[in-house]
Amino acid sequence: MSNLNINKLTTLLKVQYSNMLEYRVEIALWAISGIIPFFMLNIWTNNNLNESINLSNIMLSRYFLSAFFVRQFSVVWVVFTFEEDALLGRISPYLIQPLNPFFRYFAQHIAEQFTRFPFAIIIALIFFLFNPESLWIPSLGIFLLSCISTFLSFLIQFLIQSIIACLCFWTEKASSIERLLFIPTLFLSGLLAPVISFPEKVKSWIYITPFPYLIDFPANLLSGNKTNMISGFLMQLIWISILFPVFKRIWNLGTKKYTAMGS
Amino acid sequence: MEQNIIKVENLSKSFEIASKKPGLKGTIKHFFRRETQNINVIKDISFEIKRGEIIGFLGANGAGKTTILKMLCGLIYPSAGKLSVSGYLPYKRKVNFLKNITLIMGQKQQLIWDLPPIESFYLNAAIYDIDKFEAKRRIKRLSEMLEIDKELYIPVRKLSLGQRMKAELLAALIHKPNILFLDEPTLGLDINAQRNLRKFLQIYNKETEATICLTSHYMKDITYLCRRVICVHEGSITYDGSLDKLLKKLSPVNDILIICRSDKDANQLSNSGLMIKNRNKKEITLTIKKNAITSTLKEILNKFDIEDLYISETPVDEIIGEILINKKV
Repeated sequence: MSNLNINKLTTLLKVQYSNMLEYRVEIALWAISGIIPFFMLNIWTNNNLNESINLSNIMLSRYFLSAFFVRQFSVVWVVFTFEEDALLGRISPYLIQPLNPFFRYFAQHIAEQFTRFPFAIIIALIFFLFNPESLWIPSLGIFLLSCISTFLSFLIQFLIQSIIACLCFWTEKASSIERLLFIPTLFLSGLLAPVISFPEKVKSWIYITPFPYLIDFPANLLSGNKTNMISGFLMQLIWISILFPVFKRIWNLGTKKYTAMGS
Repeated sequence: MEQNIIKVENLSKSFEIASKKPGLKGTIKHFFRRETQNINVIKDISFEIKRGEIIGFLGANGAGKTTILKMLCGLIYPSAGKLSVSGYLPYKRKVNFLKNITLIMGQKQQLIWDLPPIESFYLNAAIYDIDKFEAKRRIKRLSEMLEIDKELYIPVRKLSLGQRMKAELLAALIHKPNILFLDEPTLGLDINAQRNLRKFLQIYNKETEATICLTSHYMKDITYLCRRVICVHEGSITYDGSLDKLLKKLSPVNDILIICRSDKDANQLSNSGLMIKNRNKKEITLTIKKNAITSTLKEILNKFDIEDLYISETPVDEIIGEILINKKV
């Protein structure tokens, strides 16, 4: 299925990075459009909501800035691209190449993250300019662990969307199924509020879903807030190990159903 | 050269298609209960193709030509029957099988739209495990053959349709496939671009002994490249054999215009027992069986004083058009 090696991966990344640079203005706009965490920070601090969860203003602003960064490097849109490619028959040439087409989409996402990087840094610098008290430099170890957890968060989201994307082989509008996940992702991932702010009973349920490991866990790790590192990483790995075989299975079943419409 | 590289036995393919009656009633009914019907697109077909052959698939739109190609290259699963391409079951999409084939669809592209084609070529080279040095060599060779060496560094979106099609071909051939599936490769190209593409495919076939399965609505593609054709009508094979034989079978006669020097000769020729299609004073059009042309003409030239004569061939397009309309060949 994969047949991936270093040469293929680096060439894919290089080519997709060149391609993404063609869309640099669009990507800058996407980066700017991801500033929801800053709005949420404003709402939280202006209403002193942070007092209820024993989090200082500084720690909360660091959390939301970290959430912004995690979001920037874990955004996934594979379901929309795949759906369009499948409906228009554009995946046909890729299906008969000795490389699973999802590696192309994967490389597109990684290349897009590299393209986003400078814009995200500029937005962060502007943030620090207005909130100099929030400036912090995480230790190298924490920084690396945060990068890994952000990448794992990206992998979880990529796999979830890829599974939904494969439903294109059965239903023509798989992206509408993805929209069902939008609300739980928004509320339970920690993008609007740290998961710690939820009632204890609700929290115990949330932590067994993949959502808090998408934003909340990596953002808490990067911002230096209290978090259970071992259980966080463990849950991320467990979700990946559940989702990956599901994706493989649905991919194998789906390609049997493929009718190569539009080609 | 004689080995069968493609074997197809009792192959069928059916699709489940939702059908909806017109009007509001039909829409509401369709909303609550989808009616589907099974359509047999390919019906129990069998054929074999030898290594190095160029085969043309002929048939009207929707006859099933493209579906056959899609099954042969492994893009879609067959519903029933046996299928073997280069010793592999195509739909299993094994790496070694995929490295052996290519599919080119005239109306579809695999090149990255915003980048120059050279980027897509190197990407394809990496996907097919071709090292950079070898990829460079193949790109140089193929771009010279296709005459697109100057367009390699121009973004695909800026290329003309003909240049883009050549680039698509290069991208599809960089891994030196042994079997080429071409679905209307000259679609939308101008006459020169069509001719160049045909020439290229002929040279490629000669140089590499690649097997080529081709569908096209341009009869020149078929007559220039294919000795053997398979006619498909509503999912069934109606003819499988030599193109020459097919043309003779469908058009067994020729029209010959004979201009006599005198009215006397014209009158005698009219009454000679030959099949007269029409007569205009000294100009007589005869219909003669292809296998009797030489002997009949010899006789006419010996007996009558002839000023001039013209042999007209029925255009291939017209003959093939018959195949598209009629079920039986």
